[in-house]
Amino acid sequence: MSDQNFDVVVVGGGPGGYVAAIRAAQLGFSTAIVEREHLGGICLNWGCIPTKALLRSAEINSLIKHADQYGFKIDSYSFDFKKIIERSRKVAAQLSGGIKHLMKKNKVTVFDGHGKLLGKGRLDVSKDGKNVATIVAKHIVLATGARARVLPGLEPDGKLVWTYKEAMNPEAMPKSVLVVGSGAIGIEFASFYRQLGADVTVVEVMDRVMPVEDAEISAIARKQFEKQGMKIMTGAKVVKLDRGANDVTVHVEAGGKTEQIKVERVISAVGIVANTENIGVENTKVKLDRGHIVVNEWLQTDEPGVYAIGDCVPGPWLAHKASHEGVICIEKIKGLPDVHPMKRENIPGCTYCTPQVASVGLTEAKAKEKGYDVKVGRFPFIGNGKAVALGETDGMIKTVFDAKTGELLGAHMVGPEVTEMIQGYVVGKTMETTELDLMHTIFPHPTISEAMHESVLDAYGKALHI
Amino acid sequence: MPHNVLMPALSPTMTEGKLAKWVKKEGDKVKAGDVIAEIETDKATMEVEAVDEGVLAKIVVPAGTDGVKVNSLIAMLLEEGEDASALSNAPAAPAPKTVTPANQPAAEAAKPAPAMAVATPAQAKSSGRVFASPLAKRIAKEKGIDLSAIKGSGPHGRIVKSDLDKAPAGAAASKAAAAGGSFTPAASSVNAQALADAYGIPYTLTPNSGVRKVIARRLSESKQTVPHFYLTVDCELDALLALRKQLNDSMDGLKISVNDFIIKATAAALQKFPAANVSWTDDNIVQYTRADVSVAVATPNGLITPIIVDAANKSLKVISSEMKDLGARAKEGKLKPQEFQGGTISVSNLGMFGISQFSAIINPPQAAILAVGAGQERVVVKNGQMAVANVMTVTASFDHRAIDGAVGAEYLQVFKKLIENPMGLLL
Repeated sequence: MSDQNFDVVVVGGGPGGYVAAIRAAQLGFSTAIVEREHLGGICLNWGCIPTKALLRSAEINSLIKHADQYGFKIDSYSFDFKKIIERSRKVAAQLSGGIKHLMKKNKVTVFDGHGKLLGKGRLDVSKDGKNVATIVAKHIVLATGARARVLPGLEPDGKLVWTYKEAMNPEAMPKSVLVVGSGAIGIEFASFYRQLGADVTVVEVMDRVMPVEDAEISAIARKQFEKQGMKIMTGAKVVKLDRGANDVTVHVEAGGKTEQIKVERVISAVGIVANTENIGVENTKVKLDRGHIVVNEWLQTDEPGVYAIGDCVPGPWLAHKASHEGVICIEKIKGLPDVHPMKRENIPGCTYCTPQVASVGLTEAKAKEKGYDVKVGRFPFIGNGKAVALGETDGMIKTVFDAKTGELLGAHMVGPEVTEMIQGYVVGKTMETTELDLMHTIFPHPTISEAMHESVLDAYGKALHI
Repeated sequence: MPHNVLMPALSPTMTEGKLAKWVKKEGDKVKAGDVIAEIETDKATMEVEAVDEGVLAKIVVPAGTDGVKVNSLIAMLLEEGEDASALSNAPAAPAPKTVTPANQPAAEAAKPAPAMAVATPAQAKSSGRVFASPLAKRIAKEKGIDLSAIKGSGPHGRIVKSDLDKAPAGAAASKAAAAGGSFTPAASSVNAQALADAYGIPYTLTPNSGVRKVIARRLSESKQTVPHFYLTVDCELDALLALRKQLNDSMDGLKISVNDFIIKATAAALQKFPAANVSWTDDNIVQYTRADVSVAVATPNGLITPIIVDAANKSLKVISSEMKDLGARAKEGKLKPQEFQGGTISVSNLGMFGISQFSAIINPPQAAILAVGAGQERVVVKNGQMAVANVMTVTASFDHRAIDGAVGAEYLQVFKKLIENPMGLLL
């Protein structure tokens, strides 16, 4: 087969890759995308999106359970676990189909196969080990993503020990689950299974859950999880698994003692590993650092004409960060004016547990560590009318300002719908807001977003409803 | 009724200055003509006289305040017998004619209008909307950075926080923008202090004076925006030295210097060859019809250039005595603005240090400067024979936008002829 020529070829069809391909096509580049499994990547097929569908079911379950609070009498009800999973798969399938359509609409050529760099401007595409195409392109964007990290002794087996993938698509509802790792992925599964009634244990090696979040926020979240009946073990380590026929005995070491916990399933959520093997970096000057591709602020690797974005470059490993990098990378290639490097401190993070957690920027501890003299505002949802009306008063909003300049350094939220609200602070941070602009912003009443305003006011001793 | 004492404009381009010192205290009686305060501009220190009689009731701007805007209220005078309570009824901004700088004709100070008119273009620029993030605005305010002098790197050129990390703190940026029009010196890419810290080189710091900053700004501007070219010529001085000795011997106390001859020759050559007595503007060549020579004088505070106005039509004797007076007052920082602002050509003489040849930076908007080296005995060849002569090397820098190479060369030819045949300078 003869070489096929493109201006831009993107390797990987996840939220980084497919967005980069769309942007490239929009800017007039002849564009191809190489995807070995399914367009939309992990995010859309096995990550962000299907888990949100699952958590929606869990949320409805919780609402039914607490229906009496809202004046409903529901004597008995049940759920069909298979249907819950089915719905989640359908949602993923619908969106993956949408990406196919977007590729077609933008005239992006889709190659079904595995992409591998062959050296300068050349890419091999193979399916089942056989070459199906050779692409020649001026610009090659690597967006190969990442996969679950495997700890020795904790190797997933697809049956008893799960990764996110099996946890999202099980045959039956497990009675008990032990989740290793309390980052966003681990906590979301813990939340899902707990809300549907499983006994859930979370084992976290750090001293608190969701260790990247502000300490106060993570303490409030932990309290809520425990109130829901979750067993949380921090400063704890899984030292051994005894795999039985349909259960696992987990040996957990915490505070010098080892405890044995018998559960039906174990979910391993201990981080990610970049997919940078077997993509031909050795045929180029592309450099790796701890498995991740080294890039500059414009996502350029050390090999001219080769770029990398998303989970295969340094973190945070989030879909929206990958998409944004894709756009920056392509617009820079095009030479558009007004392209700006991404500011890491402006990348928000969201976790869809109950209560939800969302944050952007520096935690209070990080800000102090960086030498800022800080002003901190806090506002609990119990002081917010809409939250009371919703019956969701757990949680609070914390804001961190630089006392000297009024710069919003960070915002940290735990509570109802905070994942939808964080972007208010992100817009503010991106525009380099100060406390005055936020104070002068009129928040609509009655909304839970008023708590965002109050938190800012509180940082300067001006809170009204507390 | 109380009289408001306003910050005077000591020169057409002055927009702000430092209130260096109050000579009178609150409660002191003042008469018209009394010096009440001293004001430091970027060029010189000036005394401020009261034009009204009364009591200095209130000092609004304390001594040592930097960056006091022209026409802002600095003090209040009460008429004799007037109650201090009248102060609270003081009008906000009356006509700025209560004070006049010392040594300056009253009429000069009483017409601040042209001064304002000159300052307007620069101010108009900075009053246009500057797009900056709220945080950048806050930081700029705290550090005293003029945002209009900064290039933004944010969306649509918006100024963001990181742009300010590289900006100089304090009034430096705003002075450059306000005083010089549109030119903004490029910030040096390396910070000497940071490097010295990094490499452990010991040092002390001296804050830049106003004069230092102006030298830095104007000469950077000149070297970066004016296309210089250089022409060098050797002038034999023997006839000039002989004539000078004759003149100085002829009259007691008369001490005409070689430099006085050079000043006269510089101007006389321009008069004979006006094509070099020009300035460049974007629309026109400004052809001066009088030759005013700016003479570079080193002072403890830095370089200043007092002017011999119409030097071609002044006698060597007058030039000599004016130069002595101007030089002495320049060293004390007591020159009046009009004595060092202007000029149509400059002369810089480093001969007294034994420098034989150098090239100088043009002092804009002028288009030429002569760099004069030492008069030295050198071997010259005359009619195939070696001979010894006193020779002085002069290198002229010209602004090529206004003066072409041949024009500059012809001017130097005329200059050389006047220096080598100095009798013409006596006429």
